[in-house]
Amino acid sequence: MATPVVPDIAAVEGPTATSAPITRRRLVLRRFLRNRAALVGVVVLIAMFVGAFVLPHFIPYSYEELDAYALNSPPTTRHWFGTNQIGQDVLAQTLRGLQKSLIIGMLVAVISTVLAGVVGAVAGYFGGWPDRVLMWVADVLLVVPSFLVIAICSPLFRGKSFFILVLLLAAFAWMITSRIIRAMTRSLREREFIRAAKYMGATPGSVIGKHVMPSMASILIVDVTLNVGIAIIGEASLSYFGFGVQRPDVSLGTLIADGTSSALTYPWLFAFCCGALVLIVLATNFVGDGLRDAFDPNSTRGQARG
Amino acid sequence: MGGYLARRLLNYVVLLLIATFLTYLLASLTFDPLSNLLSRNPPPSDAVLAAKRAALHLDDNPVLRYLKWLWAVLHGDFGQTIAAGSVNDELWRRILVSLRLVVLGTVLGAVLGTLVGAYGAVRQYKIFDHVATVVTFILISTPILVLAPVLKYLAVQVNQSTGSQFFQYTGETSTTLAPGLMNEIVDRAQHLLLPTIVLMLFTIGGYSRYMRSSMLDELNMDYIRTARGKGLTRGRAIFKHGFRTALIPMATLFAFGMGAVITGATFTERVFGWYGMGDWLIYGITSQDINITLAVSLFTALSVLVSGMLTDILTAALDPRVRYAD
Repeated sequence: MATPVVPDIAAVEGPTATSAPITRRRLVLRRFLRNRAALVGVVVLIAMFVGAFVLPHFIPYSYEELDAYALNSPPTTRHWFGTNQIGQDVLAQTLRGLQKSLIIGMLVAVISTVLAGVVGAVAGYFGGWPDRVLMWVADVLLVVPSFLVIAICSPLFRGKSFFILVLLLAAFAWMITSRIIRAMTRSLREREFIRAAKYMGATPGSVIGKHVMPSMASILIVDVTLNVGIAIIGEASLSYFGFGVQRPDVSLGTLIADGTSSALTYPWLFAFCCGALVLIVLATNFVGDGLRDAFDPNSTRGQARG
Repeated sequence: MGGYLARRLLNYVVLLLIATFLTYLLASLTFDPLSNLLSRNPPPSDAVLAAKRAALHLDDNPVLRYLKWLWAVLHGDFGQTIAAGSVNDELWRRILVSLRLVVLGTVLGAVLGTLVGAYGAVRQYKIFDHVATVVTFILISTPILVLAPVLKYLAVQVNQSTGSQFFQYTGETSTTLAPGLMNEIVDRAQHLLLPTIVLMLFTIGGYSRYMRSSMLDELNMDYIRTARGKGLTRGRAIFKHGFRTALIPMATLFAFGMGAVITGATFTERVFGWYGMGDWLIYGITSQDINITLAVSLFTALSVLVSGMLTDILTAALDPRVRYAD
């Protein structure tokens, strides 16, 4: 049943994409590109990525290396961001922390959004007891803050891969989005195209995967972007108290924890890692907000200033 | 409305039981309360360890331990710390310390944030809106672990440059204080100032962004135009109709935001040297003390649920559709 339909759609979509004056995708892109704050956010994020993953190969110090001739040195031409109490290069450490934070932030955001989408769509599509059970789980997880639970679990991943931390952060970040997705799925369920698919014999899995989820792609994309910032803050908060990324590895959280006590005397130990953290989160928020405005059909922002 | 609230209350009690049970289970499985004792030099004898194990009931079934703990808590006894002190002794003092911070910070932040967001929506794309948008974006993106030290740093700079001691940033009160009620009130207020500002700024960001978009949605609705057509001035139409309806989603933010504020208070307490619940949580986890950790978890869960309950009442008061639903 499904096979003859697919090429048909492709055949129809092909010419319209080129001949029609404007497709939805291009409209969204155009609106996004008009949003200056969001563009700045994209540029900052790209710069951060390049900096975190390329720059370490070009600076003469690694993040663990000790320079005994420069202890607590303020920023100089040799150490651009200065050095800490034992002579480690702050620039190298900040870049290393940035790498960790970016990787953790992206992984957590993707995993938690996929989880939110699947749980919300299943709960909303099936209704009945799957709905009640899943939303109950969401409620239970919302009652105790994730920080507290992950901190309690921290002995579990001490000395193990940071991936456990990623999974835990993701496990406590999906609840609110899944409620939104559930509400949207419930209203989609009665729409003609979903019912048509159902009566054509599509399994629930393929209805959800091929019809429900794509209708909510915009929300999910915005959610991934905003979750990156939330996850980075979550990781930093845990690492600050020693419940997250473990020494000798560094993340922005451990750097801020080390720098806080010397913020008054050696401000460069505190300023650069904090600045990096705020900058990434700010950039992801700008991008997320810009995407939301671009996707929103009621938004006048894209057209208002041409 | 009474039936609706009663059902919500029952729901919350069950949630509370399950949440504390899972937390207890998790803590009893991951914590190793004897680790501090074992790392002592010279190592303690086996008899000491065995006595401690028995005193802490480490060999019992975790489910049984939870039930015992729950039974004692229902009778007002939160158990003992590892060092054999009573959890109750410190509990109430610490709760008061934290509640002072959390309540003041949330209330001030929510009120200011809502007003800033609503005014920004009314003046969309005007200068106030642009400035407010940039500032609130920076506030949302700044976690408390950055915000609190930065404010402390600024306060020290102001104190040094003016040669005064106006900003106090360690503890709840000064240790050296001239006697007198007035002195004490002023001193406590000075100590309260910075931590409250931190939590307030943290809260303002989220509230004003949500309020702005919620208010914008309402302002474009037909009923606002109807109210204007009826002869109401723009200000009255916006305030009496738009503002009130836009507040409904904010009540939900209040419930969901509570956990974040309490987590935020943990950092605030640590940075400003307050001995509240957040500080205790960190102590409880680093010393692997299950009774302390659970007392804090219960407090946190209860705060979240009480704010959820308040949200339900607020929503019912603001939204007639909820009131007449049953």
